[in-house]
Amino acid sequence: MTTENGNPVFDYAPAPESRDIANLRPSYRMFLDGEFVEGGGEPLKTINPATEEVLAEISTASASDVDRAVKAARRAQDRVWGRMAGAERAKYIFRIARMVAERSRELAVLESLDNGKPIKESRDVDVPTASAHFFYHAGWADKLEHAGYGPAPKPIGVAGQVIPWNFPLLMAAWKIAPALACGNTVVLKPAETTPLSALVLAEIIQQAELPAGVVNILPGAGDVGAELVNHPGVDKIAFTGSTEVGKIIQRSLAGKGRKVTLELGGKAANVVFDDAPLDQAVEGIVNGIFFNQGHVCCAGSRLLVQESIADELLGKLHARVSTLRVGDPLDKNTDVGAINSREQLLKIRELAESGEAEGAVRWTSPCPVPDKGFFFAPTVFSNVSQAMRIAREEIFGPVLSVLTFRTPDEAVAKANNTPYGLSAGIWTEKGSRILWMANRLRAGVVWANTFNRFDPTAPFGGYQESGFGREGGRTGLEAYLDV
Amino acid sequence: MSDRVTVAKTYKLYLGGTFPRSESGRSYQVKDSRGGFLANAAQASRKDVREAVVAARGAFGKWSAATAYNRGQVLYRVAEVLEGRREQFIAEVCASEGVQQRRAQAVVDAAIDRWVWYAGWTDKIATVLGASNPVAGPYFSFSVPEPSGVIGVLAPQSSSLLGLVSVLAPVLATGNTAVVLTSQDRPLPAITLSEVLATSDVPGGVVNILTGRTAELAPWLASHADVNGLDLCGAAAAQRADLERAAADTVKRVLRAPATEPDWTKAADMSRMRAFLETKTVWHPMGV
Repeated sequence: MTTENGNPVFDYAPAPESRDIANLRPSYRMFLDGEFVEGGGEPLKTINPATEEVLAEISTASASDVDRAVKAARRAQDRVWGRMAGAERAKYIFRIARMVAERSRELAVLESLDNGKPIKESRDVDVPTASAHFFYHAGWADKLEHAGYGPAPKPIGVAGQVIPWNFPLLMAAWKIAPALACGNTVVLKPAETTPLSALVLAEIIQQAELPAGVVNILPGAGDVGAELVNHPGVDKIAFTGSTEVGKIIQRSLAGKGRKVTLELGGKAANVVFDDAPLDQAVEGIVNGIFFNQGHVCCAGSRLLVQESIADELLGKLHARVSTLRVGDPLDKNTDVGAINSREQLLKIRELAESGEAEGAVRWTSPCPVPDKGFFFAPTVFSNVSQAMRIAREEIFGPVLSVLTFRTPDEAVAKANNTPYGLSAGIWTEKGSRILWMANRLRAGVVWANTFNRFDPTAPFGGYQESGFGREGGRTGLEAYLDV
Repeated sequence: MSDRVTVAKTYKLYLGGTFPRSESGRSYQVKDSRGGFLANAAQASRKDVREAVVAARGAFGKWSAATAYNRGQVLYRVAEVLEGRREQFIAEVCASEGVQQRRAQAVVDAAIDRWVWYAGWTDKIATVLGASNPVAGPYFSFSVPEPSGVIGVLAPQSSSLLGLVSVLAPVLATGNTAVVLTSQDRPLPAITLSEVLATSDVPGGVVNILTGRTAELAPWLASHADVNGLDLCGAAAAQRADLERAAADTVKRVLRAPATEPDWTKAADMSRMRAFLETKTVWHPMGV
C-alpha cells in the first residue's frame, strides 16, 4: 500500500497491550474520608470509546456526599494535614509518586481503555508525567518559605477540583500534587466519561496511608461539579475544562471571595516560516494537532504557514498524516486512538461540516478507520479564513485548519486574533525571530521548533479567555497558597 | 493679603493623554469634608469609559514593549514631578479628605515614595517572578511574567491620593495600561495627578482617569470585552458581586476588594503586581 504521494505504508502486525493488565473490576466506588463507599448518586457506566462496550459501573456522588466529602476534607485540613510538618507531607506525596510509577503499566492500559488514547501516549506521557508531578511537588512541601511568597505562606484550606476527560490521571496529578504540597486538602471530581484512573489513584493514596479525608474523589457528571464548586465549605476552586463552563464557574463564584484558577480552552496558532526545517516542522505540526486525537486544550489547531511554502508544506503534511494509524488504542503501533465520547465525535463532525459549508477545502486521511467505536480520521482544512468557525472555535479533535501569512507582523496579528491565549508554536531556523515572535504572541506557553511539551517544573496556563492561574513550577504554588 | 483673584482650575477627565470634558456634558459638584463647594468635576459617561478603553488598548503595545529600564525611569519621573507639586497635593488632600496638614503631608510623602518603590521594581519583576525551568529533557525552557493588558481600576473611595497611587503604580510598573475610576466624592487629587502623569513622559493612553459615579461607570468597565483585568478596590460592597459576574463573561482577572479599605501607609508587597501578570513559558529544543 502507498499513500497518495507514493510513499510506502508499511504493514504492521498487531501489537496489542493486554487489557488484563488494567485489572479492570466490574464496579468502582467513590473515595470519601479514606474509605471506598457507595455514593448516593445515580451510578454511571463508563465505556471503552474504541468499542462502545461497558467497562465498569461507577457509583457517583449525591449532594450530601459532596457535603460529607467537603467536611471530611475540612477536618483533615484542620486537624492533620494543615498542621503536619512540611517534611512529613512531602514523604506522603513522594510515596504517591513512587506508587504511580510502580503501577504505571496498569494505569496506562486502564487510561487507554477508559479514554481511548493510544497506549504509547498513556504509557510514555500521561502516566510518567503524572508521577513526575507528584515527585516534583513533594519536594516543595517543606520549602514553601523559599518560594517567594513570604516567610510562612499558609495553605488556603479545602480545594474543590474539577478535571476534564482528556488527560484523566495527569490532570488529577496536576491538581492534587500542588494542593497537597501546600497543605490543602482536596475534593476532586473526575470527568464523567473517564473516572477509572482517578479511582485507582485513590487506591494508591489509600495504600500510601494518607490520613483520611486529605484526598476525596467523587465521580459524577456536571451536577456533582456544580455542587462542589458552589459548596460554601470549599475555599479554593481549580477547574480545567471548556471556556464555556469556566465562565459559568467564575460567574457562580462572584462575590464569594473564594480563590479560583481556571485552565480553559484554546485555539493555538502554530506558525511556520519559510526558513523552517520542513520535515521537522511537519512532525511538530502532526504532534501539535493529532496528539491525543486533538483532545488537547493547547493543541496547535490553527496552522499559519508562510505563503511561499504553503503548497510544499501542505503536500508533505498530507503525506505524513496519511501514514498515521488510527485504531485500537491498546495497539502499540496506533498513532491516533478513539474520540472520547459520542457527544464529542458529533461535535467534531458538526464543526468539520461547518468548515466545508463555509468554503474551506477538506482533506481527510485515507487511513482505515474501525467500524465500531468513536473514530474520526485525521483531517486538514486548507483555504481557511479567519472568520470561519474552524478558525475560531475550539474543535478538540483531530482537525487542523491551515491559514497563510506573508510577513512576520501578519503572522503575529493572525496568531493573536483570538479571545483565547493558551499556547502557540513557532517554526524557524532564525533564533532572533523565535525570540521576537515569542515576545509578541499572547499565549501562556510558546513552543519553538517543538510542540506539546509538558513538565512539572514549567508553568502552564493561559492568557485571556484561556483562563488564569498557572500549574507547575514555583509560579504554580500561588494557586494553593493564601497569598 | 493680596487682592488678586486666583485662577480657579477646571477639573476635567484625562483620556488618551488629553484633558477633555465628559462627552456627555455632565458635571457634578465636589464638596470638601465639611460640605463646602470645592469644584465641579466632569461626570464621565459610558461612552467616556469606552473611549478610555480604546486609548488604553492603543497604548498597551508600546508601553508593554518598552524596556523595563525605560518604564522605571518614567515612573521615577512621576515621583520627581509629584515632589515638585507637593504643596499643591497637600492642600488638595487636606480639602478632599478633611485631614490635618501634618497628616496630609505624610500621605503625600508616602505617595511620592510609593512611586519610587514601584519605579525600582520594573526591571526586577522578571528576575523575581520569572524562571529558568529545569525540565526533564533536552530543552531550554524559561518563564517570564508579562502584563495582562488593559486593567480597569476602581480607585479607593477614601484615600484620594495615596490609595490611588497604591493601586495604579503596580498596574503600570508591570507594563499594563489603565482605565481608572477615581474616588467618586474625592476626585480632585486624582485629576491633579493626571497633570503630573501628563508631564512625566507617561505616554498618552497608558493611564486614563475618569471622574464620576462609580456605580454607574463600573459595570461598563467590568463587562467591556477589551478589558483584561479589574481591580474592585473602590467598588461599593453591594455592587462587587455583580461586577465580578460581569467580568466573568470574558474571564477577566479580578482583584477583589478587601472588606474595608486598607491602611495605605503600610508598606506594599508584590501581590498587586502579581494580580495583573501572566506567566509565559517558552520552550526550545537543545541540540547540534
